Amino acid sequence: MSAPLLITFDKVWKSYGEGEARVHALAGVDLAIRRGEFVAIMGPSGSGKSTAMNIIGCLDTPTVGTYSFIGVDAGRLDRNRRALLRNLYVGFVFQGYNLLPRTTAAENVELPLIYRGVGARERRDLAMQALAEVGLIGREHHTPAELSGGQQQRVAIARAIVTRPTLLVADEPTGNLDTARTHEIMELLTRLNADLGLSIVMVTHEADVAGYAGRTIRFLDGHVASDTMKAEAA
Amino acid sequence: MIWETVRLSLRSIRRNVLRSFLTLLGIVIGVAAVIAMLTIGSGTTEKVKADISKLGSNLLVVRAGRPAGPGGPGGLDQVMRPLAEKDVTALVAHLSGARAISPASQKQVRVIFGTESLTSGVTGTDSAYLDARDWKLVSGRRFSDSETRSGTGVCLIGETVRQQFFGAGEPEGEIIRVNRTSCKIIGLLEPKGYTGFGQDQDNVVLMQLHAYQRRIAGNRDLDNIYIAADDRTPTTELQPRVEDILRDTRRITPDRDPDFAIRDMTQIADAMASATTTMTGMLGAVAGVSLLVGGIGIMNIMLVSVTERTREIGIRLAIGAHEKHILIQFLVEATVLSLLGGIIGILIGLSLAGLASATLTIPFAPSPAVILLAVGFSALIGMVFGFFPALRGARLDPIDALRHE
Repeated sequence: MSAPLLITFDKVWKSYGEGEARVHALAGVDLAIRRGEFVAIMGPSGSGKSTAMNIIGCLDTPTVGTYSFIGVDAGRLDRNRRALLRNLYVGFVFQGYNLLPRTTAAENVELPLIYRGVGARERRDLAMQALAEVGLIGREHHTPAELSGGQQQRVAIARAIVTRPTLLVADEPTGNLDTARTHEIMELLTRLNADLGLSIVMVTHEADVAGYAGRTIRFLDGHVASDTMKAEAA
Repeated sequence: MIWETVRLSLRSIRRNVLRSFLTLLGIVIGVAAVIAMLTIGSGTTEKVKADISKLGSNLLVVRAGRPAGPGGPGGLDQVMRPLAEKDVTALVAHLSGARAISPASQKQVRVIFGTESLTSGVTGTDSAYLDARDWKLVSGRRFSDSETRSGTGVCLIGETVRQQFFGAGEPEGEIIRVNRTSCKIIGLLEPKGYTGFGQDQDNVVLMQLHAYQRRIAGNRDLDNIYIAADDRTPTTELQPRVEDILRDTRRITPDRDPDFAIRDMTQIADAMASATTTMTGMLGAVAGVSLLVGGIGIMNIMLVSVTERTREIGIRLAIGAHEKHILIQFLVEATVLSLLGGIIGILIGLSLAGLASATLTIPFAPSPAVILLAVGFSALIGMVFGFFPALRGARLDPIDALRHE
């Protein structure tokens, strides 16, 4: 447990609405995640797990409290700086894949590199490399409509890792997939975590999916209800 | 990066061909109207200038009566003292810098040949008239000096008169009746076509001045004296000399207004041309309004496009797109769209102007400056009207945008 801290929540509150209608999605959360961890976040809807994930992914900021990401006070950065942080350090995988329609797999994977200002040839090479890592060589010119759900999610994972991020944020990555596809995707994520040392924070509500992670954090009513390490990892 | 964005925007335009086309229509119509207007307008200006120079280049026309406004006829408030032959004689004797000086009187008169008749502009003049007005003969000959002196009944006819009486036949040697006198045709004038005001310049008969005065007008008055400047003398320089000589022969002291008017055809041409330019400008402004409407159309469709692609914007923002990336993407798309409309509009406008110049027989005068301006203007419209929708897209919250269905 000597890996450096990647993420810390220090008494983080996230509130919406005013006065009587004010609700607290997060109510004073303290949390620390180290580099290289594979963390599953679970909890019923409304528990604050999605809000926590948005803050972790630098998409959102706390109302009160401090969120630091790789030692940066990310909660106090403006949106363009957070965009830069996301572009440099975070990869996203969503439940609905969120690939650009009518755009080939390779072009989808290249997208984050365009915003980094990487040249066309290098982009192509890096995209092919990422597609190879997720086992999709030969499909690079297919559009999302021509790919199965599992394949689309692999493209999305390739897009997330093509920038060699520090953290992968996955929001119900297997929510739209059948059991066989789910296990393929989870094995892929586990391998990326082990081989590349990629830190992964994954929101899920399926226990067997969470079982792939080394650590499971349960949210309830805006608090961390439990935080358990997997037996062999502990 | 910019090239990437242009390619992206072309692709998104291609995905919605019909919608893009309908959006473009406003810009297309606006630009086409502006280009057609301005091109036809400058063609008309050239035509007017050419028409007036057909009257004779560097031509001064003297007529009796006080000078009114530019180009206007003399006032009626004074008894007109007509021009007389001694005025012409004085000009011939003393005026330097003139290429040709010719007296002329006109009247609309019925001209008859066989059973055909035609009301024609009959002009009594001399041989120098053809020089003064730069008018050439297709066939035949001019009046001879002896004919000029004697006032023999010979005449030159215009193309319209020839067609009316002789069809394709040769007119020379035939005798036509003009009013109650007869004259022999000795030549055919080169066709000049219509003036910008729809007057047929070829429906004319030129007669000897003396024969005209004696047999048609019944007096010795002159309606006009045509004076053509030579190549080295501008009409503006010639005009005061003409005035001095005429004041002298007509005994008008410098403190009084002259009882004759000198019209400079070059100045009239310029005045006409500037009138056409003003007209063109106004029509252009009207066409500009449709460009504005076109711009609003672009804004509308870009707002739709931003809304439709909210999820895409969300993905791009999550992946690390800066606000400005999104802004530029939609701005470029709007600009490419309206530029495309501008280019189509220019092509249509030029075709319309080409068609118009063919049917109206005016010169086809496309102006590179106007075309360049239209390209620039349509790009500008895209940028201006695309800015607000693009900004709206760029300011979206990535979390909301990703949740958007």
